[in-house]
Formats: sequence, C-alpha cells, structure tokens
Amino acid sequence: MKQGKQSWLFQNGVYIIDTATVSGPKEKQGPLGSTFDYSYEKLHCDGKTWEQAEQNLLSKATNLCMEKSGIREDALDLIVSGDLLNQNVTSNYVARDYSSSMLCVFGACSTSMESLAIAGSLINSQDNQFALAATSSHYATAERQFRYPTEYGGQKPDTATSTVTGAGAALVSSQTSHIQVEGATIGQVIDYGAQDPLDMGSAMAPAAANTILQHLTDFNREVNDYDLILTGDLSSVGTPILKKILYQSGVDIETVHDDCGLMIYHQDQNIFAGGSGCASSALVAYGHVIQQLRSGNLNRVLVVATGALLNPTMMQQKESIPCIAHGVVLKRSDAI
Amino acid sequence: MITKDNYQQSIKPYQPKPNLIQNCIKAFVVGGLICVVGQGLTVLYMEMFGFTAKEAGNPTITTLILIAAILTGFGVYDKLGQFAGAGSAVPVTGFANSIASAALEHKSEGLVLGVATNMFKLAGSVIVFGTVAAYVVGLIRFTAQTILGS
Repeated sequence: MKQGKQSWLFQNGVYIIDTATVSGPKEKQGPLGSTFDYSYEKLHCDGKTWEQAEQNLLSKATNLCMEKSGIREDALDLIVSGDLLNQNVTSNYVARDYSSSMLCVFGACSTSMESLAIAGSLINSQDNQFALAATSSHYATAERQFRYPTEYGGQKPDTATSTVTGAGAALVSSQTSHIQVEGATIGQVIDYGAQDPLDMGSAMAPAAANTILQHLTDFNREVNDYDLILTGDLSSVGTPILKKILYQSGVDIETVHDDCGLMIYHQDQNIFAGGSGCASSALVAYGHVIQQLRSGNLNRVLVVATGALLNPTMMQQKESIPCIAHGVVLKRSDAI
Repeated sequence: MITKDNYQQSIKPYQPKPNLIQNCIKAFVVGGLICVVGQGLTVLYMEMFGFTAKEAGNPTITTLILIAAILTGFGVYDKLGQFAGAGSAVPVTGFANSIASAALEHKSEGLVLGVATNMFKLAGSVIVFGTVAAYVVGLIRFTAQTILGS
C-alpha cells in the first residue's frame, strides 16, 4: 500500500527466499570477494563477446538463485530485470531461457532496487507468488557503450568510477523467510545540472539525498531506525556531498552510511573514485547485506541504489545528467 | 548551503583537482621518450639502409605505429595513457592507439560493419581537421605567394 508521498509499505509480507551474486575477477579480489556465490576468473566470463560475457554473468546469477531457493522454474510467476545496455539486451537475452513472464526495467544503476521494489510490490498485491528480481553490469560493455573502446589510452580524471562486473538476483515471495522486504521508496528524477559523465558521484548525490529524506518522511522514521543506510555508487566524490546535503536538512547519516561502490574494491585496485554500475549495489545488497541480516549483525537496512540516467548523445548535445535513486528496506525477520 | 542553483559551485571542494604540474611532467617525460625512440629509429634506418633524414621519416612513423598497435593489443597502451595523458596521446602512437583500440573493440561485430566502419570512430575527427587545416594553410601560403610574387 502507498505510504506517504513516494513510498510503498508491503503490509502483506514480502520476503526474499534467497539471493545469488556472480562477479568478475577484479571484484573477487576485493574485500567482499568471499561473499559472492561465484566469480569468473577472466573478464570475458566464458563469452566470445563482452555482451555474451554479461549475459553469462546474469544467467549464472538467475540460475543460481533459483537453485539456491529450491523453487521449480515453472513456479516462477515473473522476472523483473534490467541492465545498462541499449534495449536492456542482457536481461532480455537471458530471459529467453525462462518460461515465465518478463518485465524489463531501466533505471541505470538504480535498476537493482527498482527491480526489487517492483517485484516486491507485485508479490504484495497477492497476484503473484514468486518473482525474480535481477540485474547486471559489465566493465567492458559499459565502457564501449558509454565511453571509449576499452583499450583506448585516454586519461580519466580521479572523479571517474569503474563499472562493476557482476550480476545479482533475488527471489521474492510471499512465503516467509529470514529476510523481509519491508517497503520501498521510489525516487524522483533529479537534475542539478551536472554535465560531466566522468563524475557521476556529484551528479547522483542530490537524487540519493532526495530519496533518503523522502523515505524518512514517508515512513516517519529516523536515521537511528536503520543499522545501515547503503547507497549504490556515489563514489568517494558523491558520498561526502550526500552527507553534506542531508546534514543541512538536519539528517546526520555519518555513523550508519556506506557506499557499495566503495566497499567492493580495495583502494589500490585502480578504480579511481570507486565502483559503479547496476552490479555495484546488487553484489553488496544480495551478498554481504543479506548474509549480515541472516547472521543477525544487521537488523534493518535501507539500500538506496543510485542511477545516473546518462545518454552519450544527450551529453554531446550539452545536456545535463538526470539522476534517480530508489530505496528498499531489507529487514531481518523472525517470521519463519 | 548546497542548493540546486549553486550546486556546481558549492560542490567544487569535494571534487579532486587534477595535479596539473605532475601531469605536465609525466606527459613531458613520456612524450619525450616516445620522440627519443622515434629519433633512434630514424638514425637506425639512416645507418642501416642509407636513407636520408627525410627518407627515414616514413619508416620511422610506420614502426612507431606498429609498436603502438601491438602495445594496444597487449593491453599496455591504455595503462600508459592513464599515466602519461597527453604525453602518449599527442604523438603518432596515440593516433595509432585510437584506431587500433576502436578496431579491436568492434571485432565482435564483424570485419566490415564492425572493424572497418568503426576503426576511425575516434581518429576520424583528427583526419578531418588535419585535412581542413592543411587546406587552409595551403590556401594562405598560395595567396601570400601570389600577392608577394615570390
């Protein structure tokens, strides 16, 4: 049901049966490397092309998720999936292997939580029993579509981010489990006029701030109600800007905030200001966060996936970058 | 106070500034070293094949292009580019890298529509403006010569 201005409360009980995370080689070497279900040893991820590589990531994640959940494929009502590539090719090509309905979504790097929020809502409506929320991103496919050829020797500034190679999937259901999807806050498109596609942290920070403030208002909650407020890929540039904007609005998230893009890699892994991409929030939320919720180290987490709705043609036409952020509340549940 | 109206200004302190002096030194050293290699090749061609300095120019450039294309294929040139910036982008090796990297990238779409169509994606603008500039300079020179009557 609608909660406040932009939020949904899943009052009928929405749960994550299980999740799966699949990463590339660089992510495996990072601090969260051991939390992933599977990691490819090479960036090509057993594919002949980069696009096939990303499909293999997503396909592996969705298959693993179904396998771990122990749900038969014909019981799956719906897939909600999206990625960064034109026409969402990764998601659509992977969905060919499934016989369930498919809803394709695009929210740039916020797709992870957008798909989870939509899946949650469709389960909460009690019209569906099992929905799979999935997303992926790949360093090389994103580079070639949004920037330059991967081997091009151009110099990137320190504000740039590095696209995370990986995929994550979550099976959402009305059946109880240890992880409850309590609700979601759907973001507005926010554009503060940032025009630098190599500084998406700055561009996305206002969108993240807007969604977090709206979430706290809609649910009438305080920062202390959360053990962790996680943003998707604000990087080391956008993170302090987010904190500053929120602080000015009387909200101090310093003690509970972390950014997925800053958690995935070690600082010496040549990733500039941090990781980005749909897989940034998906790998951390569906891996580390779910495990921490299960073990009881965390009780309630707000994951705010941030997306820069960037288009290279619009950039060349000197337009600014519209951004969006979607938040989903994951909660440890004793319902089972 | 960060607001929508002053956003670009007020977030400047949070955006890391490029270290211009350090970048200039790196570009100077790497760009200079590439030129030293080029000079070495010129001398080599003059000594070994008896070319004049002018005749040795073309094989020198060709060899530099070959080296840059091979380094691009081995995934080295992009790392050099991140370190050296303009130092490795401005010489002919940077031009070769922009073509080789685009060609490699689009190999997956086939030889004609992939490699051939896309290989000048980045270098095309250099060729266009190079040709236009040569035309303009040639025209100025021709006009000056006609007027001055030399």
